[in-house]
Amino acid sequence: MTTLLEMREISKTFPGVRALDNVTFSVEDGEIHALVGENGAGKSTLMKVLSGIYPQGEYGGEIIFDGATMAFSGISDSERHGIIIIHQELALVPLLSIAENLFLGNECATNGVISWRETFQRTEGLLRKVGLREAPQTLVDKLGVGKQQLVEIAKALSKEVRLLILDEPTAALSESDSQALLDLILELKAQGVTSIIISHKLNEVRRVADTITVLRDGATVATHNARTEKVTEDRIVRDMVGRSIENRYPERDRHAGEMLLEVENWTVTHPEHADRLSVRDVSFNVRAGEVVGIAGLMGAGRTELAMSLFGQSYGRNATGTVRVRGETVDISTVGRAIKAGLAYVTEDRKALGLILDETIHKNITLANLAEVSRRGVLNSHAETRVAEKYRQAMNIRTPSVFQRVVNLSGGNQQKVVLSKWLFAGPEVLILDEPTRGIDVGAKLEIYNIINDLSRQGKGVVMISSEMPELLGLCDRIYVMNEGALVGELAAKDASQERIMSLIVTE
Amino acid sequence: MTETTSSETDHAGGKRLLSYLGAHMREYGLLIALIAIMLCFQIVTDGTLLRPVNITNLFLQNSYIIIMALGMLIVIVGGNIDLSVGSVMGFVGALAAVMIVEWNVPVSVTVLTCLFAGIVIGAAQGYWVAYWNIPSFIVTLAGMLVFRGASLWLLEGQSVGPFPQSFQMLSTGFVADLIPPLGDAISAVTGDKRVNGLAMLVGLVSVGTIIWSGLRVRAQNKAYGIEDEPTSFFVARNVIVAGAILFLVYKLSTFRGLPNVLITMGVLTLIYAFITERTTLGRRIYALGGNRKAAKLSGIATERLTFFTFVNMGFLAALAGLIFAARLNTATPKAGFALELDVIAAVFIGGASMSGGVGKIVGAVVGAFIMGVMNNGMSIMGIGIDYQQVIKGLVLLAAVIFDVYNKQKQG
Repeated sequence: MTTLLEMREISKTFPGVRALDNVTFSVEDGEIHALVGENGAGKSTLMKVLSGIYPQGEYGGEIIFDGATMAFSGISDSERHGIIIIHQELALVPLLSIAENLFLGNECATNGVISWRETFQRTEGLLRKVGLREAPQTLVDKLGVGKQQLVEIAKALSKEVRLLILDEPTAALSESDSQALLDLILELKAQGVTSIIISHKLNEVRRVADTITVLRDGATVATHNARTEKVTEDRIVRDMVGRSIENRYPERDRHAGEMLLEVENWTVTHPEHADRLSVRDVSFNVRAGEVVGIAGLMGAGRTELAMSLFGQSYGRNATGTVRVRGETVDISTVGRAIKAGLAYVTEDRKALGLILDETIHKNITLANLAEVSRRGVLNSHAETRVAEKYRQAMNIRTPSVFQRVVNLSGGNQQKVVLSKWLFAGPEVLILDEPTRGIDVGAKLEIYNIINDLSRQGKGVVMISSEMPELLGLCDRIYVMNEGALVGELAAKDASQERIMSLIVTE
Repeated sequence: MTETTSSETDHAGGKRLLSYLGAHMREYGLLIALIAIMLCFQIVTDGTLLRPVNITNLFLQNSYIIIMALGMLIVIVGGNIDLSVGSVMGFVGALAAVMIVEWNVPVSVTVLTCLFAGIVIGAAQGYWVAYWNIPSFIVTLAGMLVFRGASLWLLEGQSVGPFPQSFQMLSTGFVADLIPPLGDAISAVTGDKRVNGLAMLVGLVSVGTIIWSGLRVRAQNKAYGIEDEPTSFFVARNVIVAGAILFLVYKLSTFRGLPNVLITMGVLTLIYAFITERTTLGRRIYALGGNRKAAKLSGIATERLTFFTFVNMGFLAALAGLIFAARLNTATPKAGFALELDVIAAVFIGGASMSGGVGKIVGAVVGAFIMGVMNNGMSIMGIGIDYQQVIKGLVLLAAVIFDVYNKQKQG
């Protein structure tokens, strides 16, 4: 095999931080190369150097691509050479069709007049390649995240890709969509496309990667050839964090106390289609000290269930009964749901969970301003005290609580959201994908916080698409599919296979 | 050895000052800009700008803009905009004129009715924005046309006036000097013919309060280990602010004392600054503008809050309308025309963000003064309305570019 890409002694400094320190990274032609590391290890910076987002001159070192030394001046320059990067946040225009998105900036046109026939024909060909059965005229808006990801890949293929870079491609995907995507990457490999895949999901990395490079603190710490040696997940984790994490899912005493939350026959109508039910006749319960998981595929209705319970923030015509400590409660607005003892940590912390431009302390007190004010007048020192308390308790890494949240890493942002809801003093916390996009070390911290909550006698409902996480943390797991519960498993009886079979056989 | 240490700390201290200045460039920049603009006009107008009569005039001329800027800041921080305030102001002035002059309704009843009309107008517009999610730009653009037309209809295209003395007092009245001895004592020192004692007392008390509360906050911050303004900045800022207040108050006191509108404006500014910075209501409005969905999911009644910001705006626009009519002593169909743009410009010059969640009451007031001083100074210089518009437009653009540039530099 020949070397397609070689990055030699790449260094990049930002004011005050050395983000990359003599990183050497090489990719063979026709392989799938996984790049792993904790958040802030320098993976994205390295890929930005490669794709020309940081142009020649802003970094030190050398890029050799296809045998020639490259000096990219920008992303369009690297794309011309066939290096195409697909970011975690998808760059599609929602209100344009698939075909329009595929050829955006690269239209099949003569003298500025678009030939729609050619556009649609080529689109159909590309969609076939990525296994997406949708009409080219379909608006991207109407597709799920998984399908949008496929559109992005089709777009890359339309540009004669030599090296495809995927930044966390499966972070927002359900189990089955992830599998389909990984299959596609393997399929592209068979067709000769070289890929670099950045991922936090080590099982996926192990499944597809030929080579695994681990970055830590801006330096390469290890490169494993996954085809010749057996690389265990523990080994990768050890390289990533520089220490071995003994137990990825920390232990806790499991004892269920009194009944905290009971939901009975909860049914919610879709907000736009009056004849469609998003949540169908769901009944479940949570006891004090219990961690209860809700498993299911993307679109199974888990977030819809949680948000409809939390002040009817989703859907219409919610019916059913909700009891907290045996008493029926009114949860028709978010304020009432909070008063009833519920808290909901959203799946999308940037768009729904935080006010990014505000400071940490203002975010933490937002859901419980009454506690830090008297007759509507805020006590700024009480606020600071509260924020300091949670900064220490949660180990939020920041110089001060007056920093703006936007400057924090994903894991620390999530700790701010959790602090906000703990300060609201709930009985039951619903955590929706609490570890999405968070690195291994921070995940462990979040797991410890969840265990602490359980020890304090709170009830925790955990929605997650990562089944190992549910299996490692929960006492019981409910399985959801197409808006309804299709099963309930005790932790000791549950396994990934049993959960999947419940979903599939329904 | 000792020498190196002290020079090192000096160096570090200097760096800290610079970084603090960098982080707070906007606030200091605004104050410095206002002072620079005033000095500039003071020189080119040969001292006319800061004559007692002109200072009094400046306050009277800009009072209604400042009062509306208070409400507009809250609307903009909440993530909306109100284009109708100029028309609403004109309409309320017209309503007052028709009630007093044509229907002979008592002044007090008229004032209350007009303020209530403003609240109703604000509620009518806020309802669609808050509960129907109709963009505020469109709702208030409609309101702008509707109330422009309504005032034409009310006044039947004519100017209506004059108003009785008691109504004019709203704007052109002055607070009587309650403590002449203080004024006499000061005039004995300075040699001016007459000095209004009450005005001086109010000036001294407000300077004292500003310094005292500033020191108190510093002491508390120190106790809680919060990083604070460097001492040199604190002293410099307070000296400048105190000096400016005493200077202005002294000038006012040698003319006719404190105008009624100055008191109204000052009290309203204090109330709104307190609401935005120290109350849960204020905090929720910033959260609403910062991220509406996150605020809603934190249990904040976002619809009701949006509604409130418009009701409040309607109230303040009505108050401004009364003051404006009282000042002109007549209501004209053209009153308040395009004034919403001055008000919005003042808020943005003052550092508010178009996307909501950012902005301060003090900033909006200083922004309004910057616009006001420029209007006034350029008029004294005899610059034509054509050039005035161009210059004001460029200043607005420059202020916002400065903002964005600063934000990018920080990172």
